[in-house]
Amino acid sequence: MTAEATNMRSSLYKTDARTKRRNAAEARFRVYGMMAVGFGVLALVVLLSTVLGSGFSAFRQTFVTLNVPLDAQVLDKQGNRNPAEMAKVTTIGYGNLLQAALVAELTEKGMHPEGMKAKDIGGLISKEAPAQLRNMVLANPDLIGQTVTFDAYANGRIDGYFKGRVTMESAALDSNVSPEQLQLADAMRANDMMAMKFNWGFIFGPDASELRPEAAGLGVAILGSAYMMLIVLVLSLPLGVAASIYLEEFAPKNRFTDLIEVNISNLAAVPSIVFGILGLAVFINFAGLPQSSPIVGGLVLTLMTLPTIIIATRAALKAVPPSIKDAALGIGASKMQTVFHHVLPLAMPGILTGTIIGLAQALGETAPLLLIGMVAFVRDYPAAPPEGFMDPAAALPVQVYNFTQRADPAFIERASGAIIVLMVFLLVMNLMAIILRRRFERRW
Amino acid sequence: MSIGLLSLIVIALAVAGYLIGRRIALAKAGGDARRLHSLPGYYGQSVFLFTAIPALVLLAGWLLVQPVLIESRVSGMITAADIPEGSNADLVMSDVRRISTGLDLVLAQGALSEADLDTMRADFSDVRGRLAEVGVALGANVKPAVFQAAKTYRSAATTGRWLMTGAVLVLALAGMAYALSRISPEFRARNVTEAFVKTLLIGASLVAIMTTAGIVLSLVFETVHFFKLYPAKDFFFNLVWNPQFRGGSDLGIWPLLWGTLYVSLIALLVSVPVGIFAAIYLAEYASKRVRAVAKPLLEILAGIPTIVYGLFALITVGPMLRDYFAQPLGIGSSSSSVMTAGLVMGIMLIPFVSSLSDDIINAVPQAMRDGSYGLGATQSETVKQVILPAALPGIVGAILLAASRAIGETMIVVLGAGAAAKMSLNPFDAMTTVTVKIVSQLTGDTEFASPETLVAFALGLTLFVFTLGLNVLALFIVRKYREQYE
Amino acid sequence: MNDMSLTERAVDSNEIKIAATGVQVFYGTTHAIKDVSVDILDKTVTAFIGPSGCGKSTFLRCLNRMNDTIDICRVEGDILLDGEDIYDKKVDPVQLRAKVGMVFQKPNPFPKSIYDNVAYGPKIHGLTRSKSELDEVVEASLRKAALWNEVKDRLDAPGTGLSGGQQQRLCIARAVATSPEVLLMDEPCSALDPIATAQVEELIDELRENFSVVIVTHSMQQAARVSQRTAFFHLGNLVEYGETAQIFTNPKDPRTESYITGRIG
Repeated sequence: MTAEATNMRSSLYKTDARTKRRNAAEARFRVYGMMAVGFGVLALVVLLSTVLGSGFSAFRQTFVTLNVPLDAQVLDKQGNRNPAEMAKVTTIGYGNLLQAALVAELTEKGMHPEGMKAKDIGGLISKEAPAQLRNMVLANPDLIGQTVTFDAYANGRIDGYFKGRVTMESAALDSNVSPEQLQLADAMRANDMMAMKFNWGFIFGPDASELRPEAAGLGVAILGSAYMMLIVLVLSLPLGVAASIYLEEFAPKNRFTDLIEVNISNLAAVPSIVFGILGLAVFINFAGLPQSSPIVGGLVLTLMTLPTIIIATRAALKAVPPSIKDAALGIGASKMQTVFHHVLPLAMPGILTGTIIGLAQALGETAPLLLIGMVAFVRDYPAAPPEGFMDPAAALPVQVYNFTQRADPAFIERASGAIIVLMVFLLVMNLMAIILRRRFERRW
Repeated sequence: MSIGLLSLIVIALAVAGYLIGRRIALAKAGGDARRLHSLPGYYGQSVFLFTAIPALVLLAGWLLVQPVLIESRVSGMITAADIPEGSNADLVMSDVRRISTGLDLVLAQGALSEADLDTMRADFSDVRGRLAEVGVALGANVKPAVFQAAKTYRSAATTGRWLMTGAVLVLALAGMAYALSRISPEFRARNVTEAFVKTLLIGASLVAIMTTAGIVLSLVFETVHFFKLYPAKDFFFNLVWNPQFRGGSDLGIWPLLWGTLYVSLIALLVSVPVGIFAAIYLAEYASKRVRAVAKPLLEILAGIPTIVYGLFALITVGPMLRDYFAQPLGIGSSSSSVMTAGLVMGIMLIPFVSSLSDDIINAVPQAMRDGSYGLGATQSETVKQVILPAALPGIVGAILLAASRAIGETMIVVLGAGAAAKMSLNPFDAMTTVTVKIVSQLTGDTEFASPETLVAFALGLTLFVFTLGLNVLALFIVRKYREQYE
Repeated sequence: MNDMSLTERAVDSNEIKIAATGVQVFYGTTHAIKDVSVDILDKTVTAFIGPSGCGKSTFLRCLNRMNDTIDICRVEGDILLDGEDIYDKKVDPVQLRAKVGMVFQKPNPFPKSIYDNVAYGPKIHGLTRSKSELDEVVEASLRKAALWNEVKDRLDAPGTGLSGGQQQRLCIARAVATSPEVLLMDEPCSALDPIATAQVEELIDELRENFSVVIVTHSMQQAARVSQRTAFFHLGNLVEYGETAQIFTNPKDPRTESYITGRIG
């Protein structure tokens, strides 16, 4: 054979042409692999940095600091400080008050722009500010007659100007804001009448209407999500653990348990939106539970989370070595006692880790919640549980979706900000899971 | 009595039952626990379970069934004449429910007494105004029959609630009495308790089956409903999707399926090569340190909520593709496009392909690699000609699972693909998918019983069948593959 | 040790194929092979024997640099193949392994057809120019491995479907197909039943015509049956190396004697 003959003579020190080609192919292949990993990691970095980067500004907001004289003549004509009577003064009255206070302050400081209408000056302040002032006064009628220092939200366009979203050129084309207003805002900022501050209202405040992006907050959504997570935890942990114990420790190997197993692995892969349809058809239309309520959301997410928890729990139960079971059974413990006294406690860290990961998945789930009415615009905080479970509420990821559906580009910043909040929650949950795993991880 | 309070009472009874049962058992044994068959706690537990569980099950069942029963009774009171033009029985029934809750509120505020309510008649008093005062807004004035139905509904609900409270408490007490009566030193309390607990465990594992059944039943039921209103032939063979507010819609599934498959295809074209090469690199080439960093990083991609990807598509990828590819090339002007959604979804799916493939590649026995290296194969030759063929079934399974994810994915396509139902070959066109239309048809303003809304269930069923098929196939392949090496 | 029939065969060749001097192998901090020097002759079957964990397999894997695939493994000393240092920087292990083939403890056919299993080596090394030439190589290799008659009608059947002994002979055919100069066998019969073992042993004896064969074995009877030279390893040291007959009948080192009479092991 010729090949053999050539082989015999070739020196190992000389790399032949074919081997060189093969090594080049090898190097190329390796580079493809590195590129694939690099692409994945790069995509992650770009994804996180763009979404998070455009969201940080949502936590800072432009406020107009005003000294507002709360005129008793306007706000409480009867003079008896009765909130029911005072409630007859609408937000328009408070709006005029704010506008007047701003104009007065500008005039006093000699900053009043020539020929600018009071209405345009008042336009620098958010339309949400009168409502906030009104709530403040109604909650504390004693303020009437005093002059209070009030941090009013600046209009969303003004805020956008300071964040670089709105420019003089765009303002010239915009019916909602004029370049003169922006110039005035610049002047006010220079005079400390306007400032960027951390905006707690974004985290704790309720949502606001389409035209008031500056006032939109996540409070209701965070509360709604928290309620749902509570329901998911309370329902899915016991159910999931019970189902896993049965399947792992007691179930005979037969058609029926096979059916359950196949079911569980399939449910884990059913598209989430199908669970939304289930929720709509069964919990809302059939059982008559209220739309957009945390209870329905919680139930739907529970059903979605169960497979995750069951799969994790079964893995944790399986990891407990049979020798421990044998030891317990050997001293006369019943099967049930063995499971509940020995196997379950040893598997607990694994179960909790799986549960937290399942909860984290549920927290980020959006699609099914859209179908059960969570897209509704909800401004009122749900009541305390358990009644609050039936109240309409929003959910954090759905709030992101809602923000994206609104026209004002300021809401994109809000959506990204909401994602930061969501990701912080997810990060905390996943860190908990990791710590739990590290801390209690046992190797037999 | 509120449901929460009722459940608390039942549980309190059960706890009392536990304590009593334990004490009775000990007393019957003359204070010597050794003479009992089981530990005293088990006697208590058996009483606890018999008290609480049947009562709570009854409570849950009652809550599910009662509205259905009342509704069927009340809906008989409403004749066709009471249904306004352009409305339907469902809407009138929901009015009935709202009026009845409104009446509850009115009574709770004390503005009206129970006796007033009995004599109150819709044709004389301003029901709409009254209800508006308590925050229940109605679209039109209340017709007498509807008001009557609402009153019946309310009284039936109240009676039902009282009956339920009674029945639940009676059952709890009966269960407790029964369990207590069985206590004697010979009573095998542990075995009884354990059998009971085992039944509960089985019940918990049935939830999975019930969920699947619920999904299938609700989808099939409403789909049948839909096909009564809209011919199935048109749904499956019409090539146009064009829902109209006032009937006469074209609801052909093809444009939606086309969009779904196109987006999924692009997503797989991104995720499959990247995922498989990443898996190969991590399993075969990467040093331990690189692997320890890169693998979790890639898996983070799977943990990011899809809404985040959706926003990424909306604010970053979409505009970028439009400004740098579609517009300069003159092939599109929309930032939402099949390409946008497919690309972003592809990124999301990378870890789905890579993690499972990584596991599967690692499961290929080292002996295979040794055999190949021993013959003088390079690492890439070994991967391409020995490891990948050996791992192929598993990798195909992983790809099928990723495909099923892609087809069922919602938020990325809602925010990235667009809403225009069309069948185009241009990937920079906005198209729409099955999931997008499920969302838009079920969150829109159309009434529930119209074909435009019900089509969402037919779409959901299609989606479910598709993904179920893929999942079952994938699980089957992966399972077969695992058996090969176990 | 009752049935030790020694093959009284003279060593056919005195040409040194592999010369190892002062080889040290470290796994991390473990010193697995301590200063081993051994000359392996061409066209000879050399057996490495010794208790498990003595380093005989490790040393065998040094001979075609299979240890390269283990990150923490470090090899020192010189191993010359036909006078060329195989650990030299210029040497590509891929080329080396084409010359020094290997058969493993457990039969490890690829999940491919019988034909593709055998054709794998010639294909990757580009040893044939045409399909008919490849067919010839496959047939010749299968014949050399005494498998041709059993599989010639089902070359397209998967290699994993063969019996254990057939699989191992397939692996030998696969190794032979690249026409190596040295064939390393790491306990090739330990996973086989006695009949299959006998077949493989017979095969090894035939392979000696063309190759230098190095076989690691657990079984002293096997070493005695198939080899002309035997090396005894103990705790990472090469204790004794010489003609098989001499090692088994007249060991010089007391440790060898203890092992052979069953006191170590």
